[in-house]
Amino acid sequence: MTPILIQNARVLGGDPQDILIDDGVIVALGAGLRPEGEHSSVDATGLIALPGLVDLHTHLREPGREDAETVETGTKAAARGGFTAVHAMANTDPVADTAGVVEQVWRLGREAGHADVRPVGAVTIGLKGERLAELGAMAESAAGVRVFSDDGLCVHDAQLMRRALEYVKAFDGVIAQHAQEPRLTEGAQMNEGELSGRLGLRGWPCVAEEAIVARDVLLAAHVGSRVHICHLSTKGSVEIVRLAKERGLPVTAEVTPHHLLLTDELVAGYDPRYKVNPPLRTAEDVAALREALADGTIDIVATDHAPHPVEAKDCEWDAAAFGMLGLETALSVVQHTMVDTGLLDWAGVADRLSFAPARIGRCDTGDVPHGRPVAAGEPANLTLVDPSTTTTIDPSTSASLSRNTPYEGMKLPGTVVATFLRGRPTHSITAGTTGGHA
Amino acid sequence: MIRHLLSAGDLSLEDATLVLDTADEMARLTEGRAVKKLPTLRGRTVVNLFFEDSTRTRTSFELAAKRLSADVVNFSAKGSSLSKGESLKDTALTLEAMGADGVVVRHSSSGAPYRLATSGWINACVVNAGDGTHEHPTQALLDAFTMRRHLGELAGKKIVIVGDVLHSRVARSNVLLLATLGAKVTLVAPPTLLPNGVDAWPCATSYDLDDALAGADAVMMLRVQNERMNAAFFPSAREYSRRYGLDSRRQALMPPEALVLHPGPMNRGMEITAEVADSARSVIVEQVTNGVYVRMAVLYLMLAGTNTTEEA
Ligand SMILES: [Zn+2]
Repeated sequence: MTPILIQNARVLGGDPQDILIDDGVIVALGAGLRPEGEHSSVDATGLIALPGLVDLHTHLREPGREDAETVETGTKAAARGGFTAVHAMANTDPVADTAGVVEQVWRLGREAGHADVRPVGAVTIGLKGERLAELGAMAESAAGVRVFSDDGLCVHDAQLMRRALEYVKAFDGVIAQHAQEPRLTEGAQMNEGELSGRLGLRGWPCVAEEAIVARDVLLAAHVGSRVHICHLSTKGSVEIVRLAKERGLPVTAEVTPHHLLLTDELVAGYDPRYKVNPPLRTAEDVAALREALADGTIDIVATDHAPHPVEAKDCEWDAAAFGMLGLETALSVVQHTMVDTGLLDWAGVADRLSFAPARIGRCDTGDVPHGRPVAAGEPANLTLVDPSTTTTIDPSTSASLSRNTPYEGMKLPGTVVATFLRGRPTHSITAGTTGGHA
Repeated sequence: MIRHLLSAGDLSLEDATLVLDTADEMARLTEGRAVKKLPTLRGRTVVNLFFEDSTRTRTSFELAAKRLSADVVNFSAKGSSLSKGESLKDTALTLEAMGADGVVVRHSSSGAPYRLATSGWINACVVNAGDGTHEHPTQALLDAFTMRRHLGELAGKKIVIVGDVLHSRVARSNVLLLATLGAKVTLVAPPTLLPNGVDAWPCATSYDLDDALAGADAVMMLRVQNERMNAAFFPSAREYSRRYGLDSRRQALMPPEALVLHPGPMNRGMEITAEVADSARSVIVEQVTNGVYVRMAVLYLMLAGTNTTEEA
C-alpha cells in the first residue's frame, strides 16, 4: 500500500498538522510534512482528526437475527460513523456464552474488515441469570474477551453478580451491567412519570436502575473488581456513580447518544421509534447526563446500536421492540449535545469515544490496539470529521440493514468524512484523495 | 368536529357539547318509536375492530351504527393469529382495501387507535372504543350524558370517581371530559391505584372515600379486578371493600339526590353492594341505554355528510 499523507488535519481539534501513514502505522506527525517518494494525499483542511472511535456497546445481531443486522452490515455502519472497533453484545441467537460463538463473531468481523469486532461474552448461560457461563474460556479464546454482559437483561441475582465480579479478576475482565431491577419494571413501556400516567403506558421508574447501580458499585468495591454500568439514563444514577468515584470505587459508566438528546415527551405520539431500554427520560435527566459526561463522572459514550427489522417497529407501541440505531449518528449527536454546547472539546470527544472505551474494554493493548494516541509509531486508526456541515438524517441511506433511527428528518451537525483502520480507508466520502508526490 | 375520536381530551367544550346535544336529539328521535332506524348513514361502512373482548361495548356501537342505517362489519381479532404484533397494521390495510369509512377500535394496547389513525395505514375515521389503560372516550361521553340528564349542566358539579384509577381508561377519559365541561372531579383510591403524575391532572385526589362523598352530585365506582390483589395493590378484597366500597352506610353520607354510576360489569359486593347498585339513585342501567345514543351521535357527527378522505 502506498503511504498516505493527510494534510492540515486538526488533530483532536488542535492546530492543523499533517499525518503520514505507512504500512498501517502513523510514521510522522507535524506541520508541513513532505514525504519522499510515491504516496497519496488527502486534503483535510478544516477537518478534525480523532483516534478511531471505539464502541463498547453494539448489537450486531449475528448469529440469529441476520434480517436485522449482520456483522458485515453492522461494522460497515460502524465505519461510516467513524468507529474502528465495536464490542458486539452477547444477546444473539445462540447467545455468545461459549468460546465457539465469540470466536465465530470475532472471525466474521475480521473477514468483513470494516471494523475490528470485540465480542462481549455473556455472564450467564443463555442470559438466564442462573449459572455463570465459561468466562475463562471466552477470555482465553481467539476473541480474547474482556467484557462480559447479559445486556438486554440485568444480572439481578446479587450472589451471582458478586461471583461474576470476583471471577473475572483472574483475567482482568469487567462486568458490564444492564441495570434494571426486574420486578420494578415488569411490563414497563416507558419512563415512569406524569406522561406514562397520562398515556396509560406501564412506567419504568428511575429507581429500578438506580437500585441496581447502587448495589453493584458496592459489590464491586466489596470484592475489589471492576464494574461497568451500561447506558446510564437517570440523574439519580449519575449521583450514585459520582459518589462512588469520589470514594475511589472501581466503577465506570456509559451514556448513549440518544439519552443525551431525546426526552420522554417524544413518546406522546406512541411512535415506537422512540421505544428504547432504558427508556428516554426527562429533560432534567438529560441535563444531568450531559454534565456528568463533561466532568468525567460518566466515562464514555456507547451507542447501544440496536437494529430491528421494519415490522418490529411499524406496529402498536406495546408490540414494538425496544432499541434504536446509533453507530452512524453517534458522533453528530455528541457534537450537537456536547461540543456545540461548549460542554466538551474535541480532545474530550476523543477521550469519551475512543481512549476511555478502549481502556475499559482492554483493547488499548495487544496485537490490534485501539484508542491509542494520535502519535508517531501508533496504529493508523483514524477518523476525520467535518464539524462545519449539517446533515438531515435519512434512514434510507444507512449502511445498517435496519431503519429504526429516532433522528429521521432531524438536522444534525458534523459529518464523518473518512475512517482509517490500520491505514486502510474503511469509509470515505471525499474525492479529496489524489495521487501525488512531493 | 374532529376527524378521529382518540381521547376525550381531543374534544373542545364546543365539540363535547355538540356531541351531548346530538345524543339528546338521537334519544328524542328513537325513544318510544317502534321503528328506531334513521337513514342518516346509509351507504356508509362502519367496522367494529375488536382486539379485546367486550360484548357490551361492541353491541352498543353495532346498535348505534345500525340505527343510523350504516353497514356494520364486526371484525374480532381476539384469539386469532391477529392478536399479536403486526396484526394491527395488516388489519388496517385490509379494512382500507374494503373501503371502511369508520373504524371503531378496541385494543389491549394503549395508543393502538392513535397509531391506527396517524400511521398512514388507513383513511377511515377512527373511534377509540377503549385502548389498554389509556382511554375510553365514548364511555366518558355516555357518563356525562347520563349525569347531564339528571343534574342539568355539569359546570360546577362535584363528581367523585372511586377505585382503580391507575388501570382505568374510563377514569382517564372522564377526568378530561368532565374538566372540559367544567365539573369538579375528585379521584378517590388507595395510593397504589393512583397513577404517577396524577397531581398534574385537572382534578383533585383523595385517599378517603367518606370524606369525598359529602356534597357529591355523582359518584362513579370503577371496576376492581381481583388480580390487582395478587399484585399487592391492596391487601385483600375485604379491606378494599371496607375502605373503598360503596355500601348503604356510605350512600347515606351522600346528598339525597346524588347519582351512582358504574361502567360495568360490576363486582357486586366488592366495589359496590347490590343494595346500592339497585337503588333508586343508581343510573347504571340507564348508562347502557344512553351509550347507544352517544355512540349514534359520535358516528353521525364524524361520518354523516363528510367525505372521509378529506380533513374535516
Ligand atoms: Zn442494555
